[in-house]
Amino acid sequence: MQNRRAIEIWVGVFVIAGMAALFMLAMKVSNIAAFTGDSGYIVTARFDNIGGLKVRSQVSMAGVRVGRVADIAFDSQTYEAVVTMRIDPQYDKLPKDTSARILTSGVLGENYVGLEAGAKNSYLKNGDEIKITQSALVLENLIGQFLVNQAQQNRGSSK
Amino acid sequence: MTALVQNLGHSVIGFVERTGRSLIFLMTALAGIPASLRKPYLITAQLYSVGVLSMQIIVISGLTVGMVLGLQMYNTLTDFGAEESLGPVVALSLVRELGPVLSALLFSGRAGSALTAEIGLMKATEQLSVMEMMAVDPIRRVIVPRLLAGVLSVPLLAAIFSAVGILGSYFIGVSLLGVDAGAFWSQMTAKVDFHADILNGFVKSLVFGVVATWIAVFEGYDSVPTTAGVSRATTRTVVHTAFAVLGLDFVLTALMFGEV
Repeated sequence: MQNRRAIEIWVGVFVIAGMAALFMLAMKVSNIAAFTGDSGYIVTARFDNIGGLKVRSQVSMAGVRVGRVADIAFDSQTYEAVVTMRIDPQYDKLPKDTSARILTSGVLGENYVGLEAGAKNSYLKNGDEIKITQSALVLENLIGQFLVNQAQQNRGSSK
Repeated sequence: MTALVQNLGHSVIGFVERTGRSLIFLMTALAGIPASLRKPYLITAQLYSVGVLSMQIIVISGLTVGMVLGLQMYNTLTDFGAEESLGPVVALSLVRELGPVLSALLFSGRAGSALTAEIGLMKATEQLSVMEMMAVDPIRRVIVPRLLAGVLSVPLLAAIFSAVGILGSYFIGVSLLGVDAGAFWSQMTAKVDFHADILNGFVKSLVFGVVATWIAVFEGYDSVPTTAGVSRATTRTVVHTAFAVLGLDFVLTALMFGEV
């Protein structure tokens, strides 16, 4: 029976190693430690253009992540994008006149929603809408503008 | 011309017959699980030969795959000044794809082929018939413990593979190439999601475990009981598992990560 005991010990070692690997993947590699689940409150904002924003993109304020984009919809009446954001519950003191912009992290990085605090004394609640928004910068539009400006300048100098 | 059509029909009928037999076989085995759970030492012994003995090749492969990934990715990422992304790139490719797929393939080579050969030889030497004569159900006694052990082992092996691979790339990236250790881990935690990545990878490896072990035990049980038959069945196990795992991997990836 010595043999069976050794086998059982080795199987135990195997299972413990597998569980430890899973545990390491969960705690050290993935974001479960920072997992907030469905807690927090919902805030919406309307943008003319959201660029490359996706569901689960970051919502950050002063560079700190305060929430995530929960849903993106299109309003066929006003032709605007409606972005629903879930803000973590501990950040419940965002002023009512907070403004939202769609920014890009780095030169080629992904889009995220940047919030900038306003000055009001009342705070955003569940279901509120952020009124002051600024769309994403679309590279093609910028280049187009630049070319038009160039052309106008050239015409001006040639006269 | 008719011979060609007849050949096609023959192989299609053969394929359908085999698939049907393997499904009936799986159902019979599933029905035998409760009875088999009452003899846990049979499963433990199989866990040893299927899981524990596969650990060596899984750990070594995971380590080398992680190290190579770290090295290769570093060379490309450094062109963009994004060495810190090494952590997420390695972790995502290991957890989502390489861990489950490679450990299933290695499992079929290391343990699946052994299962087929063992069961095939039991059949060829008429041990299975002897069991039946002694009123011992060979499916419950032989097949179910092996099936359960394989299904349990593959996800654990895949998790070990991914974890060891990430440690390997950490060793290469941080210790040898000088990526910042804090950025390596923090970027990884920021990009890897528990539900979308870790759990989906786990589900993948569970599916692969079922498929790989099912093919292995069925090929053994269904093999032609001769020396040549067993050898053909063993080859088929490895080849069919590779096809099934790679094909299923594409389908599962499209289902799980298609929208991201």
